[in-house]
Amino acid sequence: MKKYLLKRVAMAIVTIWAVITITFILMHSVPGDPFRQESKMPKVVYENLLRKYGLDRPLSEQYIIYLGKIIRGDFGDSMKSRVETVNDMIRRGFPVSAFIGLEALLIAIIFGPALGAIAALNQNKWPDYISMIIAIIGVSVPSFIMGTVFIQFLARNISWLPIGGWGSFAHSILPSLALALMPLAQLARYMRSSMLEVLGQDYIKTAKSKGISNATVVLRHAVRNAILPVVSILGTVATNLIAGSFVIEKIFGIPGLGMFFITSINNRDYPLIMGTTIFYAIILVVMLLIVDIAYMLIDPRIKLTKEGR
Amino acid sequence: MKAGFDISPELFDAAAKEDKNAEKIRRPSIRYWPDVWRRLKMNKLAMTGLLLICILGVMSFVGTKLNGFTYFEQNYSLINSHPDSVHWFGTDELGRDLFTRTWFGVRYSLFIGIMAAFIDFFIGVLYGGIAGISGRRIDSVMMRIAEVIYSIPYLLVVILISVVFSQAGQGSSMFVLIFSLSLTSWVPMAILVRGQVLQLKESEYSLASESLGADKGWILKKHIIPNTLGPILVNVTLEIPRAIFAEATLGFIGLGLQAPKSSLGTLANSGLAGLPVGNSYQLFIPAIFISLIMFAFNVLGDGLRDALDPRLRK
Repeated sequence: MKKYLLKRVAMAIVTIWAVITITFILMHSVPGDPFRQESKMPKVVYENLLRKYGLDRPLSEQYIIYLGKIIRGDFGDSMKSRVETVNDMIRRGFPVSAFIGLEALLIAIIFGPALGAIAALNQNKWPDYISMIIAIIGVSVPSFIMGTVFIQFLARNISWLPIGGWGSFAHSILPSLALALMPLAQLARYMRSSMLEVLGQDYIKTAKSKGISNATVVLRHAVRNAILPVVSILGTVATNLIAGSFVIEKIFGIPGLGMFFITSINNRDYPLIMGTTIFYAIILVVMLLIVDIAYMLIDPRIKLTKEGR
Repeated sequence: MKAGFDISPELFDAAAKEDKNAEKIRRPSIRYWPDVWRRLKMNKLAMTGLLLICILGVMSFVGTKLNGFTYFEQNYSLINSHPDSVHWFGTDELGRDLFTRTWFGVRYSLFIGIMAAFIDFFIGVLYGGIAGISGRRIDSVMMRIAEVIYSIPYLLVVILISVVFSQAGQGSSMFVLIFSLSLTSWVPMAILVRGQVLQLKESEYSLASESLGADKGWILKKHIIPNTLGPILVNVTLEIPRAIFAEATLGFIGLGLQAPKSSLGTLANSGLAGLPVGNSYQLFIPAIFISLIMFAFNVLGDGLRDALDPRLRK
């Protein structure tokens, strides 16, 4: 178990390093450099700019410097914003994104498995059909379309729901809902099939034949076993949430990290693109790590065998 | 002990002819793929998906020619015209016919999705197959590499590649899109194929075949590949909507297919601008088509998975 943990952490570090390196190589293989376009610039200014961003040094040296900066938690300067560094932007944008992301995650985790379990318990009856219709809609309709539908049909008609922007809790309701629907649907579908498999197991029959009430059988025996594989896809769910947040923030005009990321892409602000990409990658890799460890901790089968890989 | 059962000499007579049919195979034996198809046909939702894919596929070629407009022809006297009898889906902010553009969008989105899935299939089967057949050391190195590649967030890679290989504010070429979409997503396929190969290599029928003198190539061709095909097919079917979804997201954040070509994502992106001024059809028409495609492939993939699973056989 300890060996597995160590291996897993090492993998995570290698992954983050790979992301940093790939990002660096990609961003430096863009033809030309970011200041060439402003052609009216005097030569001295141009050279000073190159020096300021360290672009006059050899690439390998730039790479070492950049790697060192990332390790110290410094993501560098933005090229378009003269007042804010990339770190400032992450500090400003990330809490907003994290708030919406966590709210969406909470909605998905509470309602997704519940919906799936209800569907499985009523297989081929109307609660099953309704849950699965919701799940199919959730998987088929991209979050950016959900978001616009919400704006169009909910925000315009319900006075206390703001159409967009950021400020109060009410502002976060629609974006989180739009963001939550796809992970919710994924969790529901996964929970349903997992639950159906568990309900067919012999120990459920044993529990029932012992005369335990239906509710106890479902809660103590079925759900607890069925939820295990569902936990393992939380990493994927988190990845989808972050991807969804880019577009959701754009639609609702929320000043989160996703919005900065999209703006940086459209402005070709390379240090900001690199910084946010690496930051996202770190967050994701750490989340996947946590999910893996959590899965290991809650799965009793792994605890029983001491050297469970 | 004696329970009213008389043993008479007749019991020892030879059995009548008709009783000998007990072991005869009465129904024609169904082979694997026809059986899968038969079970898939019973799944109404999956068949709806298949039908929808066929209709969308045909219409993506026929629909672009139906009303006589081209996808790039601009008509400034008819901008943002709502759907009517001339422009069936209306026109966009440059007066281009949205009916034609939408079907082109369907065509490009489908093409990008299918190509990306095909490349995933090709690389994944090759990589996974080699890892599975090779010895332990090569296998473990190959799998570590695959794991690192896979833990790099998918959409971030796609976005980065599209940023690098496209001009600011212009979108990407078809090739760049397909390339970036399949850069990391072949890994699940590789892991799946490798697992299957490892498992099937040790199966009793492979062993039986080997002990009868079959060589590795024969076993691979006759036993391993046909038995891996099912899960691979499901994976490919579910990879297509994933790629289409990623492409739509890219299009929506301004990194999609280069204008004047249109994918459904770029159509939705430009339609977003029409939303506040009452031209919501510009967004909702491509949105409906994205959702339809996603729906069709997802239910077909699910149906295939159920049909291929012999445990669910009735």
